[in-house]
Amino acid sequence: MHRFSEIMIGLLFGWGLLISGMTDPGKVLGFLDLAGNWDPSLAFVMGGAVLVGVMGFAVARKRTTSFLGAAMHLPTARDIDRRLIIGALTFGAGWGLAGFCPGPALVTMGAGEPKALLFVASMIAGMLLFKFLDRRRKTQATDGSII
Amino acid sequence: MTIDWIHFTPLASLLGGIMLGVAAVGFILLNGRILGISGILGGLLVPRSGDTSWRLSFLIGLLLAPITMSLLAPELVRAPRIDSDNATVVLAGLLVGLGTLYGSGCTSGHGVCGLSRLSPRSLVATVAFMASGFAIVYVVRHIF
Repeated sequence: MHRFSEIMIGLLFGWGLLISGMTDPGKVLGFLDLAGNWDPSLAFVMGGAVLVGVMGFAVARKRTTSFLGAAMHLPTARDIDRRLIIGALTFGAGWGLAGFCPGPALVTMGAGEPKALLFVASMIAGMLLFKFLDRRRKTQATDGSII
Repeated sequence: MTIDWIHFTPLASLLGGIMLGVAAVGFILLNGRILGISGILGGLLVPRSGDTSWRLSFLIGLLLAPITMSLLAPELVRAPRIDSDNATVVLAGLLVGLGTLYGSGCTSGHGVCGLSRLSPRSLVATVAFMASGFAIVYVVRHIF
């Protein structure tokens, strides 16, 4: 039941991205280009998603287990620190360069688009690079070999 | 600023957005998980036992979305416009991979789920990546 629900939710999310137009980098860049010929569609996507989300997460917050009996993995981090801001700025720069963020890139790769495959491969390389650097930083911090 | 009326799709985008919201709410209410693509994918790269199958099932569904939609509703499938050259795509991918894990989220995790949870942390992240995206597009399209 869990597996079925996860696959169906993946499908629904992918369909939502396709119908909203967000799998088209041209449309995303059209939104990010405030000074050009502006396409406001992305604001409608976020608006629709958050409208439903606010109501759903209000229910989720009150629950201790999910409706299928799973543990609730709600985020606990609250700190607004350098990592969060530099990370988000870095992500936004990459997003603005090609018009792809992770979800739409995966869906477009699933449609067989070679440039989306190239993007996803580079994104995974970037993620692995982060994991490597983060692990090294943590080991050095416990060794006391830096600072 | 002028509005691009040719590409602007208020109804389809609102409907698609509602579907994203339903998926995110379904994921937390049924599976107890946050629907954040970078987090789901990132967690697979250094797998921990018992923590991979839910990620894989979700991603399989996501990857099957285009083929199922072209079977069920081919009139809704539009060809993506990708004008970036390969070098730009590679650089963009690296920045997105690094940035989303460093900042713990992307448009789905911080944007859709975080804003829906009314999380100040996710609001700051969303404003930051949007601002950065606006700035980069301005520089690329209007300065160079």
